[in-house]
Amino acid sequence: MTRRRGVSPGVQLPPFETLIDAHARELHRFLVGLVGPTEAEDCVQETFMSALRAYPRLRHGDNLRAWLYTIAQRKATDVIRRTARRPTRDLDGIEPVAPPTATPGDDELWLRVRALPAKQRAAVVHRFVLDLAYVEVGERMGISEEAARQNVRAGLRRLRREVTTNDR
Amino acid sequence: MTDDLERRLTDAVGPTPTLDLDRLRTTLARRAADNGLLDVAHGTYDSPLGPLTIMVTSRGLVRLSYSHEAVDEQLAELAAVVSPRIMAAPERTDEVRRQLEDYFAGTRRAFDVPIDWRLVRGFAGAVLRATAQIRFGAVSSYREIATEAGSPNAYRAAGNALGSNPIPIVVPCHRVLHAGGGLGGYTGGIERKRFLLRLEGVLPG
Repeated sequence: MTRRRGVSPGVQLPPFETLIDAHARELHRFLVGLVGPTEAEDCVQETFMSALRAYPRLRHGDNLRAWLYTIAQRKATDVIRRTARRPTRDLDGIEPVAPPTATPGDDELWLRVRALPAKQRAAVVHRFVLDLAYVEVGERMGISEEAARQNVRAGLRRLRREVTTNDR
Repeated sequence: MTDDLERRLTDAVGPTPTLDLDRLRTTLARRAADNGLLDVAHGTYDSPLGPLTIMVTSRGLVRLSYSHEAVDEQLAELAAVVSPRIMAAPERTDEVRRQLEDYFAGTRRAFDVPIDWRLVRGFAGAVLRATAQIRFGAVSSYREIATEAGSPNAYRAAGNALGSNPIPIVVPCHRVLHAGGGLGGYTGGIERKRFLLRLEGVLPG
């Protein structure tokens, strides 16, 4: 058969469900790091709904994973902003903060991670929650390896400052 | 530099709860359908001829697949031709499944589902539309179908079109035989053709 008229000529996008199969679990881990386990599942769902809405209009299918992570990051930021408006325990004026949800482990540290600027936050979560190398962090964020490294470094610097001030 | 911050970060999140992927798929398919964002839905039906994959669009039945192995490739084709908004959503294929059940149970002689013809073009489309007119229990020949489709001499091309019929059973290409009485070929293998012709009383049970 010859190539037929497509929806977006020249763009070959895989069936949407293959994106769910390929990336949902990892996106979920990423979002658990960003917004905590309670909100993460909803956040995964909202990420895929937004993606589905925009999907046929994509101009290319080159880095669908980075595209999904960008959406996920945006959804996480929405959640963090939304939950920050709810009354929460006082954290010395640090904002925005997520409420102390049932995150196991080091709650306080993660509240501070969630208060990082979006890029630093995503980079730190990729690096330490998903245990990715910088080149992989860059791939998922659609930025260079070096930019990924810088975002992690900047995030750590800030965390270190806050943690030593407050915890030690 | 190697204070324990990095280790604390790694440990802090704790174990990630498992994501129920099946539930996520189901929920997303339902929400997509509710919001008019599901352009191609598919589901399976365990027929007497083996598992069939039913693929439907907003226009109707677009493919009925005998081949489990080819489904991924066929969905990729639909992504290019119809829309990449494709998800498994069995309830969207219920009507087709119900009519197929009735057909195999011997209680239905004609299918009443809209057909989406977007997978066939040109002469193949004319051949399959002509084929769709052959009634239950009747047969035609490749040459007759080619004639119906407007090119009496193109019976080989008609054979090819029938051989790549995307909607077998419902578009009854099994009702097209060689003029001399031979069964000819079949997209799902000749045994399936024989089965369908027996079911319709054309061949002795």
